[in-house]
Amino acid sequence: MNPSEFKYSEEHEWVNSENNGEVIVGITDFAAETLGDVVFVELPDVGAEVKQFTKFGEIESVKAVSDLYSPISGSIVKVNENLVSKPELVNQDAYGDGWLIKILPTNLQELDSLMSSTDYKKFTESQ
Amino acid sequence: MSADQNQDLKFSSPYTPNTENDRREMLAAIGVKTVDDLFKDIPETYLNPELKIPDAISEMELVKEMEKLAGLNAVPGDYASFLGSGAYRHFIPSIVNRLALRSEFMTCYTPYQPEVSQGTLQVHFEFQSMVCQLTGMDVANAGMYDGSTALSEAVLMACRVTKKSAINVMDSVSPHYRDVLKTFLDAPGIKIDSAKDGFVSSNESHACLIVQQPNYFGYFEDLTELSNEIHKAGGLLIVVTDPISLGMYKPPADYGADIVVAEGQSLGISPSYGGPYVGLFACKQDYIRQMPGRIVGRTKDTNGESGYVLTLQTREQHIRRDRATSNICTSVGLIALMSTIYMISQGKQGLKHIANLCYQKAHYAASQINDIQGYSVNLDKPFFREFVISCPISPDKINKNLLSKKIIGGIDVSSQTKNGMLICVTETNSRQEIDSLVTALREIGEEN
Repeated sequence: MNPSEFKYSEEHEWVNSENNGEVIVGITDFAAETLGDVVFVELPDVGAEVKQFTKFGEIESVKAVSDLYSPISGSIVKVNENLVSKPELVNQDAYGDGWLIKILPTNLQELDSLMSSTDYKKFTESQ
Repeated sequence: MSADQNQDLKFSSPYTPNTENDRREMLAAIGVKTVDDLFKDIPETYLNPELKIPDAISEMELVKEMEKLAGLNAVPGDYASFLGSGAYRHFIPSIVNRLALRSEFMTCYTPYQPEVSQGTLQVHFEFQSMVCQLTGMDVANAGMYDGSTALSEAVLMACRVTKKSAINVMDSVSPHYRDVLKTFLDAPGIKIDSAKDGFVSSNESHACLIVQQPNYFGYFEDLTELSNEIHKAGGLLIVVTDPISLGMYKPPADYGADIVVAEGQSLGISPSYGGPYVGLFACKQDYIRQMPGRIVGRTKDTNGESGYVLTLQTREQHIRRDRATSNICTSVGLIALMSTIYMISQGKQGLKHIANLCYQKAHYAASQINDIQGYSVNLDKPFFREFVISCPISPDKINKNLLSKKIIGGIDVSSQTKNGMLICVTETNSRQEIDSLVTALREIGEEN
């Protein structure tokens, strides 16, 4: 199930607000399942700036390599170091331990342009 | 169907992939009436001119004619050759060609299908392992086209790793390699700075520093400081090395190389105009995902037996498309196979012995030439099997004279050193050949 409090992008990334003003970003279960076993995740450096809907990294599975697009603009405050040795966390727990990056957003209103969990469900069913 | 229609749907020859009908449709689509219209911009005189070639002769006559033409070549062995400058003549044991020509191995491609290609895959795995042993690096690929394209790919890789778009190249790197770099780096817009020998200053804009070791002129660079400098500036150290020299010298990993490339021709491949050769490519483990080319890995099959497969293929263009780490994913597999057989047949001791022979013979030749009136050689700087001699007259004149004495002289490097000639001596040059070169140089010097 896609958590109802999260927001979703058409590029199959999710974003969720943390209590400290930061947001946490990952890829959805649908994306992880479609990709297959994830073997490598290339994440940006902490401090790097990202813009909404632009590339911030790459994810590689046994089948394909895909770009990762940020659902929101801001600066990277943390990346999930556990993915270096355990990229399979993305498959096992896409909405939890398999998170990718934490961003300090420059404009929280950008979240309004994203989908709710029900809209995202409809979106994936139409794919 | 009428007879006419039937004709329209016929192919005009077994090698023509389109019918009259197809042709008419294509011509109509681009608005031309006949195929000849496509060629009307070419003046009549140049269109199908009469060729001035002799009448056909029998196969036996043709073979004689070709033998006559081949006889005009100056062939090393018949001639004493002191040519080097990137392609080297080393002894090739018969086992190299004997094994490489076996039908099981006789393909130039690295195989996708491990279930039918274990032999070839294992050879490539051994090739990679030996390149790692020679260079001291963590990982190597299954080979590139040649040394110069391996270097160009190394630069693209360094730019990806560091996210920078300028590079620093020492002026003692082969001018041929620098030409290939210009070709490769023009389109992606990578800026090439050139550093003078000994006065390099790498700055933060540089993705890498390229050093050739031994350099184009045969001499060794002191790399400790250069290595520190580029690393401090956040760039990578790319070393172009010579695999035979590694039989007796420190591997590039020992002086901080991040990427090592080399021309593999001297490992069992005869020098030939235009190749095919094989490029060696090795790097640190950290950068493996940015590495170009094929990589063969060892794994276990479902029965727990060792087996070999192409690995990390997601870097390659059949998966990553336009974002692949390289457009070179075909390797010169057959040549890599020959180098592998060469390295295995020589072994560690063999390579050491060959390197030592080259070193001793080159140093004997250098000191003999240095003793000739009018010639000089820099004997203070360390060199391996190549060195520059300063001649009393232009190397071009000397070479013409040498050729009449059945000696192929060295490359003319007078654009870099006044009357400079780059002499190469390998284990294939006998003492007699070296002495005849020395005598000839003395005579030429005295005549002028």
